[in-house]
Parts: sequence; structure tokens; C-alpha cells
Amino acid sequence: MGRAPEPGDEFLMRDTTSHPPAYAPAYKTSVLRSPRNALISLQQSLSEVTGPVFRAEELGPLDNDLILNCAHPDQPHGLPIGERIVVHGYVRDQFGRPVRNALVEVWQANASGRYRHKKDQYIGALDPNFGGCGRTLTDADGHYVYRTIRPGPYPWRNRINDWRPAHIHYAISGDAWAQRLITQMYFEGDPLIASCPILQTVPSEEQIRGLVALQDPGAFVQLDSRAYRFDIVLRGQRATWFENRVQPLPAGDAR
Amino acid sequence: MSFRPIDSPLPLRETASQTAGPYVHIGLAPRQAGFEIFENDFGPVLVTPQTRGRRIRIEGTVIDGSGTLVRDALLECWQANADGRYAHPGDRQSGQPLDPAFRGWGRACTDFDTGLYAFDTIKPGRVVGRNGRRMAPHVNLWVVARGINLGLNTRIYFDDEPEANAEDPVINLIEWQVRRQTLIARSEGERDGVMVYRFDVRLQGEGETVFFDV
Repeated sequence: MGRAPEPGDEFLMRDTTSHPPAYAPAYKTSVLRSPRNALISLQQSLSEVTGPVFRAEELGPLDNDLILNCAHPDQPHGLPIGERIVVHGYVRDQFGRPVRNALVEVWQANASGRYRHKKDQYIGALDPNFGGCGRTLTDADGHYVYRTIRPGPYPWRNRINDWRPAHIHYAISGDAWAQRLITQMYFEGDPLIASCPILQTVPSEEQIRGLVALQDPGAFVQLDSRAYRFDIVLRGQRATWFENRVQPLPAGDAR
Repeated sequence: MSFRPIDSPLPLRETASQTAGPYVHIGLAPRQAGFEIFENDFGPVLVTPQTRGRRIRIEGTVIDGSGTLVRDALLECWQANADGRYAHPGDRQSGQPLDPAFRGWGRACTDFDTGLYAFDTIKPGRVVGRNGRRMAPHVNLWVVARGINLGLNTRIYFDDEPEANAEDPVINLIEWQVRRQTLIARSEGERDGVMVYRFDVRLQGEGETVFFDV
């Protein structure tokens, strides 16, 4: 395939058929929050092929351990209640290359389906030992891992009896602004997956399957935690062979 | 429905986007959700006392198709430093120095009561765009919220840069001239020695902000 891409190389066009449309009326909130005009497509410049760089020392030692990062383990009943799980996977680009040093941020409800958020009024109980957020950087292989409590499903006001499947929210910051992505991870076998209006905004079975984490017995911690595997694909970065490179020209050439 | 063979040489498909939902703050801005958890929160202040450049504040609201404030939006910005250089290895422009005190990235939320967001940053310098054409000073902005299925990309330009804006290759790509002004932040004068710019994001309807597929 010729040379490998370098920082600053272009990214593949985003395939809009891989994503939900902005206007998806079964998810009612999208009706007034979706643009009516078509997006205007850009050829990428430095503004899109660069992005923020994060450093390991910005994160705390428990930032990827949601079981402990809000717990009081020195007290009786100091651990959060619920199913202990490890979630891990690889962040790659569309050509299968590992995305290194990507910031992976996650947030979720507790085992009751209750969020630690001042706007969540659901009757499901708060857990004094569970916060519900974490973050980590991928390693040299693009691998990430965190530990948490499996979230519960919860009701929401869309139709009056709509329930979200158990899910964990993800925000991923890769090599460039053009790769920025927010998504949600679901759990293999959850019967609510088939009826969720948010998940059903995704336009194909294949893409929905890509959001479902698989139980990973090989990564179970014996007598301690089960594990799930969830891989993420970000937009592919490609070396440019013939066209003008995006950047840069010598400074003196800038008009 | 078509499925590719497992050994297909074609690129993998990008993971599908999903809405950030109403509780995005828990993960990305826990203080706004109502609790402290991380030692180091990522926030809306991009500057330290060492940062080079003119201090500015960008503030505004996000508005839905009925004209109602979107009070649960999260916005991120990405910009070059005062000399027009991005803090990223992909920026190999010669002549524009890096600023070790400027990352160029920040994260803000609209307030649950007022609906206002704000970034404290510096005015970015001009960056060379495609084919050597210089872009006007701009801040890249990304908006997510409940009801937004795929994060929306736009750009903030400045009303006190009329010459640069007039030759900006991205502004000039917008065929409908009346839509170009939706990308121009309005200067509101100085407040506590900082130049304040107003930039409202209109998601839908009259005055709808231009959004880009980048």
C-alpha cells in the first residue's frame, strides 16, 4: 500500500450511510434539534487533520476504574453494588491500523439504571459508591481497558413506555478533529436492543452489530469479574500519492 | 442489506455515532453533573498566564428549531495558537512557532439555567489552507447534545477580520451568501480587559448555522 500515513495526512470521507441521520422522528428530540439544510462538505485542511493531544499524566490512577473511583473501600459496604465487569477492546482506523494515545471517555448509569446527574429523577436508587465516569488512553496497540459495574436499563420519556437497553456512553478523541466520535456500547443478548428508538436510528443491522459488545470469557477474572470486548473503528487516514499534500507550503509561499 | 466477505480488502466501516444524551456531563464535565471525581477536569479555559496572544472570550447559546435554548449541549473547540500553528505533529508549517502554553482545545457546556456557554482563549492566527490559500482566523467548533445523533461541526470566524474573511476559502465555498454570516462571531467590546465575541448556534430554521461535513 505504499508509505504509511503520516500525521497531517487526509482522512477518508465520512460514509454517511454508516451513521444515523440527523432527523430521526422516532427519536423525538431529534425533530427540533436537526439541521434542515444539508451539511456542506469540505476538503480537509490543517484544521480538520489535526486535533488535541493528551498526556498520560493528565489522568489519575483510578480514572479507568469505575468500581473504585467513587467508592469508600475503607468503610463497610464501601463498594458499589452490581455486576463487576471489565470492558476492553481496540481502537483502530478503517484500514485496521491501531489508533494510539486516543482519549477514551465513558459514562453510564449505575446498576439500578440511575445516573449521578442533577437532572435525573428516576426512582431507581443512587449508589453512594458509584460515580459512573471514567477515562483512559489507548496504548501502542490501540488497546484500552476499564473496570466498572454493568449498568441497568432505564425508562425515558420518548414514547411513555420506552426503555433504554443497558449501555455505556463513549467519547473518543483520536489523531484528528475529523475523527471525533461519540457513541454508545450495548451488551450482547439484551432484549431491549431490538426496540430502542435511539439504537434504531442506526441505518443498518451491520452497523448496529458494531455497537454491541460481546461477552469475552477469555478475559474473565476468575472469582472476580466478567469481561466484555468492544472494538471501535475511527475514520481511516490515508497516505496521499498523487495530489498535492494538504500541507504545508514553505512559509514564503503563503499568499 | 449487503455484507462484505470477511477477507475484503475494503476499508472497515466507521463505528456508528449515537447521541451524547442528556447526561453527557457525567462523563465529560462531571462538575456540571453535580459531583467532583477527577483530579484534573477538562474545561473551557484554554489559556494560562504564559499563553501568547490576545485574550478573548467566546460566548453564546445553542437554539433549537422552535427558538428555545438548548440547555444541555456540550461544545468543544479546536484552534491554532496566536501564530497560526496547531499543537499537533501534523502541523509542519515552517515559520510559525509552537506555544508550549497553548493546547488549543477546550470543552464547555451550556448552563442549565441561562443556556450560555463560554470559552476563555486567545485570538487564533491565520493558518494556511489547501493550495496555499490562507484561511481567516477561526475556531473549529463541535456541538453534541440530546437529540443530536452525530456531532455537528461548524467554524467561528470574527467580525473584526473583514479582509481575511473575504478571502477565506471555506467561507467562500458557501454558495448562499446569506448563510455565510451565521459563522461570524460578533464583537461586543471589552469586558474586564478581554474582548468578548458572541456566537449563537442555531440548529434549525431561520438563521440556521452552517454545519460542515469535514
